[in-house]
Amino acid sequence: MSATVTPYEDGPLLLRGDFEIVTPDGDRIEQEGATVALCRCGKSRRKPFCDGTHKLVGFTAPADREKPLS
Amino acid sequence: MKLPEPRGEISDAVVDALRHEPGAPLPATFSGAADPCTDEDLQLTLMLAYEPHYRGFDGVDENWEWDLGLLRLRTSAERHLEEALRAATGPPAPVEPGEVARRLAELAAADDGPALGQHLQTGADLTQFREFVVHRSIYHLKEADPHSFALPRLSGRPKAALVEIQADEYGGGRTERMHAELFGQTMTALNLDPAYGAYLDFVPGVTLLAANLMSMFGLRRRLRGALCGQLAAFEMTSSLPNTHYGNGLRRLGGDADATRFYDVHVEADAVHEQIAAVDLCGSLATQEPGLCGDIMFGAAAGLYADRLAATHLMRCWTDGRTSLRRELDS
Repeated sequence: MSATVTPYEDGPLLLRGDFEIVTPDGDRIEQEGATVALCRCGKSRRKPFCDGTHKLVGFTAPADREKPLS
Repeated sequence: MKLPEPRGEISDAVVDALRHEPGAPLPATFSGAADPCTDEDLQLTLMLAYEPHYRGFDGVDENWEWDLGLLRLRTSAERHLEEALRAATGPPAPVEPGEVARRLAELAAADDGPALGQHLQTGADLTQFREFVVHRSIYHLKEADPHSFALPRLSGRPKAALVEIQADEYGGGRTERMHAELFGQTMTALNLDPAYGAYLDFVPGVTLLAANLMSMFGLRRRLRGALCGQLAAFEMTSSLPNTHYGNGLRRLGGDADATRFYDVHVEADAVHEQIAAVDLCGSLATQEPGLCGDIMFGAAAGLYADRLAATHLMRCWTDGRTSLRRELDS
């Protein structure tokens, strides 16, 4: 199954399917489960993974493409 | 597991009956619990009635699982518990299916239980941390099992969402990654017995409540919405506290094997909470709009049970006494 990235409203990006997370040097970053949540609020202390901190900092983002400023 | 010690008239009658053939006489109804959520006799009676559906009690005839007398008594106790939980959480405000995921997030964010995670991270001593693990062992050693009962009751996207969560809970099919196995490792590291049900006699009714509530929701198809809501609330209030628990255990000298259960849950539950709220509860609400109220009820009931348990622990520790029914060997 190809990889998909799904933004969840006010939350992380969920990554599913066949993928690898690697450092710029190509070293593998180990993941726990088949599906992972990637931080997109910038405040996680487990980056690149989500640790739920977005809920403490009032992070908001849509589950779709953000609309450009009008 | 071994049959537990009775905690009152009804659980005494059930323990006695379970030692005999199915069909042995049992009380027809449960009555007299002032607060069913914390009543020792009622909570143990429910645990006795549910466990034959899981792994059973040593030496107890397996046909007790579907014994009509035990089912009748269980139904009576469940009626008291469900009424008490609905009264404690109040009628859920009307919610549209498209709003369920957001409302669950608001409910979880508004949860204002005592700061158990903070205390375990910075203040608890080893005795208190071991007690905390003993309380949690009642559920964590069968982690995810009550929710597996919901699988055949769901279809389409909600079912796929629950499978995605459960597969992860069960370690993707690898025994050493199963969350219940990881919890056993934590118990072993703390010199506690990781055998399923080893501490049933140690924990109070308020601890049994959390597990019984999931069994009640899981074994009754009518309450499938509540089960999914409870799972979402559980996952949505998990990743941050698990950071605290892991840090607390490291502070007390726990090594990587000891803290692995908590460390895994920080990242895993950050995934699960999105799937549970949006893909499971949100899509279930769209599929079956009549379940919206029960999804919110299940979430509120789960949070209420967690709050009661955390309050009990913090109150006992503040008073300088054990939170268990009997002290642990060191």
